[in-house]
Amino acid sequence: MPAFPKKWLWVVLVVAFGWPLLAPVFPDLVSNYRLFLVSTMIIAAIAVLGLNLLTGFNGQISLGHGAFYAVGAYTAAILMDKLNVPYYATLPAAAVVCFVVGYLFGQPALKLEGHYLALATFALALAVPQILKYKWLEDLTGGVQGIVLMKPEVPFNLPLNEDQWLYYYCLVTMVVLFWAANNMLNSRSGRAMMAIRDHYMAADTMGINTARYKTVTFGISAAYTGIAGALSASAIAFVAPDSFNIFLSIKFLIGLVVGGVGSLVGSVVGGIFYVLVDNSAQAISTFIKNDLGLQFDLSAYTIFGLLLIILMYLMPQGIVGGVYLLFRRLRRS
Amino acid sequence: MNTNRRTFIGGVSAAALLSGTTTAFAQKKYDDGATDKEIKIGHCGPYSGPASAYGVIGKGIEGYWKMVNDQGGINGRKVNFITLDDGYSPAKTVEVVRQLVEQDKVLLCFNTLGTPSNTAIQKYMNQKKVPQLYVATGASKWGKPKEFPWTMGYQPDYHTEGVIYAKHILANVKDAKVGILMQNDDFGKDYVDGFKEGLGKDNAKMIAKLATYEVTDPTVDSQIIQLKDSGANVFFNVATPKFAAQAIRKAADISWKPKQYMTNVSASVASVMKPAGFDNAQGIITAAYLKDPTEKRWNDDADMKTWREWMTKYMPGANQGDANYIFAYSVSFLMHQTLKNCGDELTRANVMKQAASFKKLKVPLLLPGITVSTSATDFYPIQSVQLQSFKGETWELFGEVMAAEST
Repeated sequence: MPAFPKKWLWVVLVVAFGWPLLAPVFPDLVSNYRLFLVSTMIIAAIAVLGLNLLTGFNGQISLGHGAFYAVGAYTAAILMDKLNVPYYATLPAAAVVCFVVGYLFGQPALKLEGHYLALATFALALAVPQILKYKWLEDLTGGVQGIVLMKPEVPFNLPLNEDQWLYYYCLVTMVVLFWAANNMLNSRSGRAMMAIRDHYMAADTMGINTARYKTVTFGISAAYTGIAGALSASAIAFVAPDSFNIFLSIKFLIGLVVGGVGSLVGSVVGGIFYVLVDNSAQAISTFIKNDLGLQFDLSAYTIFGLLLIILMYLMPQGIVGGVYLLFRRLRRS
Repeated sequence: MNTNRRTFIGGVSAAALLSGTTTAFAQKKYDDGATDKEIKIGHCGPYSGPASAYGVIGKGIEGYWKMVNDQGGINGRKVNFITLDDGYSPAKTVEVVRQLVEQDKVLLCFNTLGTPSNTAIQKYMNQKKVPQLYVATGASKWGKPKEFPWTMGYQPDYHTEGVIYAKHILANVKDAKVGILMQNDDFGKDYVDGFKEGLGKDNAKMIAKLATYEVTDPTVDSQIIQLKDSGANVFFNVATPKFAAQAIRKAADISWKPKQYMTNVSASVASVMKPAGFDNAQGIITAAYLKDPTEKRWNDDADMKTWREWMTKYMPGANQGDANYIFAYSVSFLMHQTLKNCGDELTRANVMKQAASFKKLKVPLLLPGITVSTSATDFYPIQSVQLQSFKGETWELFGEVMAAEST
């Protein structure tokens, strides 16, 4: 996958940081709701990046990253609710807890390859919401009732509202995490991770400690997704087991495949895609029914599915891969 | 001439000013979501995901507003009903409700479904001062006007219903030893908490065994066996339809014959009593507040006839035995009435004021004798139920309409 040109990166960053400041000029374009929606996209992008580190760069398939997302969200929620920990301190805590959980889960997972690993993680995703409801944990997790939280308050009397602050909070976190991921992938360890993905046996022969790399990658991947979960707990200001059903894990996977497996930019595109398409699928569905007056009662999920099929047919390598190929073809002709 | 024109203009502008002030007095008042032409109502529910069986409520409400619009709307305004899918995920509910309030700018949110989903948005709605009206959940926490003046429930809450069963047991069963089957979620807990409260201080002695199950369990067979072994002579069945039916059948299979109480949630003849076997279900007691479409005794009922005509016209192809449509119709009627009473003052504050000023309002499809009453301190629209026991192939109401003010 091609590297993202550096000058474009700066342009994107300037736009991302400057955009909310246009609120007084274009109040409709930069509404609080839009900012909130983009914040959820950022959170999704971080979660997809977590999965990408594992699947895209290390070749281990997970159908259960929703579980780590839930663990991260609950770690943050419990810390804020029971121990009055400030919201920003919950991110490292969630990262550590999820790293440990992911690392431990990675140990037995070493014995599982490919589809078997996918099934094991799938089981994890199914189990976590049930575990959160378990009666011994109920005092901590609030059981099915969940935990109601406060939204992050704007610090230092900055002239921002809650949604603007939340947006910057998520954005800065994302930039830091992507920078870290980029550095890691371009280091010795990153090349080892990818070597394991590309040819396990060759990597082993070259002296890479495959077992350790696989488990640590599992832990890092879980930590990334856990941080996304902790951010979401702050953004939504509520956690409950029903928020972390199996569809969440599937959505991360969709974001990964659609954005581009094994691409950092693809993770961002994937995160944006699943929030955007999930929402617009509903709008399209009501548009077809009410405005076009067609007699199909297409559910939003049908539209979502159709869009996915079309996209995968046109861009089998995900959006980033597809756009790259398109550019190359244009340049050649 | 010149002066004349000047006086003329002066006179006209004075008149305009005056008429301006007079119209200002009678002026229509609007908040976001209301105009001369339309009223925007927001809604979200699970059209997909694990609880999508409840999605039909949203479809039913949509059909109701279609009927209202065909009849000319509310005080000349058409209802623009915007309904979105939240897949029963509270995180998604927050997203879609923010869309409804901030992008679509609805006047209010109506009958948003699910206890976790409504918990997730309650604080937001009250901060934004947007009515969160007649929510579709029976939890007991929706009637707290002091803390949450913008949130109101609709149906009798589970807690109250639990108290009523307990009181009935205390009055009618000697040396009651109760075995409880409970779904392990907020629905189950609310019932059991109310039930314990109703039994009074000695509840620990009277409850022989409390067995729980998860919604994902395949059966509740082992729980029923445990309950039988506990020696209970009363069975309180706090389960959703599928499990309630299994429990009744299993109890009969292992010839456990306690006095049985079952929650209103599972009172459907078609989806519970019939699969459980009519022979096994004789004498079961439950509470009701709505008329059941599968019951023959309502066949000639005027409300039921109107409802069936509406179903045929606006919900073609829908299952007329599904009690969720009864719920949708009755709760929409109450919303309709609330907006009608608002007149031309369609502000959010006035909507809440009207919602909190019903005096014994008759709502179609509620059982005879049950009415809607609210006040500035009473945010529980329906608080009465009537007990009924199962005889032959149908429910038979008995006793008085009971109201319990437990909360």
